[in-house]
Amino acid sequence: MRDVVVVGASAAGLAAAETLRREGFDGRLTLIGDEPGPPYDRPPLSKQLLAGDWEPERLRLRSDEALAALDARLIYGVRAVGLEPRRRQIRLSDRDQPLGYDGLVIATGVIARRLPFGHELAGVHVLRTLTDALALRDDLREARRVVVIGAGLLGAEAAAVARTMGRDVTLVDPVAQPMHHQFGPEIGAVVARLHLDHGVGLRMLTSVTGLAGAGGRVTGVHLDDGTLAPADVVLVAIGARPATAWLDGSGLALTDGVDCDQTCRAGDSIVAAGDVASWLDHETGRRIRVEHRSNATEQGMTAARTLLGSTLPFRPIPYFWSEQFGVRIQAYGTWTADARVRIVDGAPEAGRFTAVYESGGRVVGVLGWNAAREVRNLRKLLE
Amino acid sequence: MKILLDEEKCVGAGQCVLAAGDVFDQRDSDGIAVLLDEHPGQERSGAVETAAQLCPAQAIRIEKG
Repeated sequence: MRDVVVVGASAAGLAAAETLRREGFDGRLTLIGDEPGPPYDRPPLSKQLLAGDWEPERLRLRSDEALAALDARLIYGVRAVGLEPRRRQIRLSDRDQPLGYDGLVIATGVIARRLPFGHELAGVHVLRTLTDALALRDDLREARRVVVIGAGLLGAEAAAVARTMGRDVTLVDPVAQPMHHQFGPEIGAVVARLHLDHGVGLRMLTSVTGLAGAGGRVTGVHLDDGTLAPADVVLVAIGARPATAWLDGSGLALTDGVDCDQTCRAGDSIVAAGDVASWLDHETGRRIRVEHRSNATEQGMTAARTLLGSTLPFRPIPYFWSEQFGVRIQAYGTWTADARVRIVDGAPEAGRFTAVYESGGRVVGVLGWNAAREVRNLRKLLE
Repeated sequence: MKILLDEEKCVGAGQCVLAAGDVFDQRDSDGIAVLLDEHPGQERSGAVETAAQLCPAQAIRIEKG
């Protein structure tokens, strides 16, 4: 293998590229990203960057020197628009000539989901890229009333930032509690309490039916109980979908992002990593796709090793964290809706606790609420 | 090898402790990483590089030499 192309220049693609070099790959390496600049870190977009505490420079994943040391062709602002695995070629948005490879890493991430209406109005935002985050940040400076649609990780964090900036914030979601999908109803209720205590208006079990606007700018959000939540800024944080449109017709299986085997292999000399890639769990045979920061790095590393001939399965212990109103919530593991949660130490009222999620008689997840050291120790229950 | 730790970036994930427990630890109060050894020997470079790569907040930098 003399010529590896990595499509996607964010955390997963960068980890794959660095791992290839670290493991001795000395052929030609090309890293292609559709965003205009060098790789940056996404978690701060809904935290320190949105709050104005950090500027974009702080989010850089690597310095210019570190990128130069990668000895790779770095192509920014260019999209992959097609893949022909039999010819081992990809097509790019900026040139007619296809680009050949003999090893391909797919790490194109996800695209923010949008509502079927209202995005033409000024003041309506999604939050996935640095450009998105800076636009939202600018708008929040002038905003009085903010409605966040979607109370998942991104929505809950952005709501907390906007509220901390002194804005009037309403968080809307059809689920019963914020972060219900991530944490379940019990811990979701603790997140709800946190937001209520800080003055966020919660409209749970509520769906959005439309957006109201005047003069081309959003003025409110129509809810399914017939009321209108007034807003001069709206964030739509209703999840994301894998960026696989460019792979349609390529012959790759795309049932959940890019379908990979246990080793992150998606096809002949093709691996995939990060938010875009699902893999078969070594133990359960279940297909898993994880949109967390740590997974991007770990999967990128495994995918690179697979491309270099490793046959070791990808067996992560998924980790993610969230920060809201100064509380840091951390979790390890993967659990489904049937898991039962049990607090093992501390208490929600005390503002510090740890909990375990159990399913089928075993621990499938651990969670810490302002309890970083403790949750790291609980992680061994998952090994 | 010199390790630089950005405490403000650190989110207390503890991945560094898992990768190189003789070089990193976490504060009791908030889980923020602390360096046990600012200048680990060359034999620790593999573990330290893994720690830096796995850090979800990218709070660890290594200066070679």
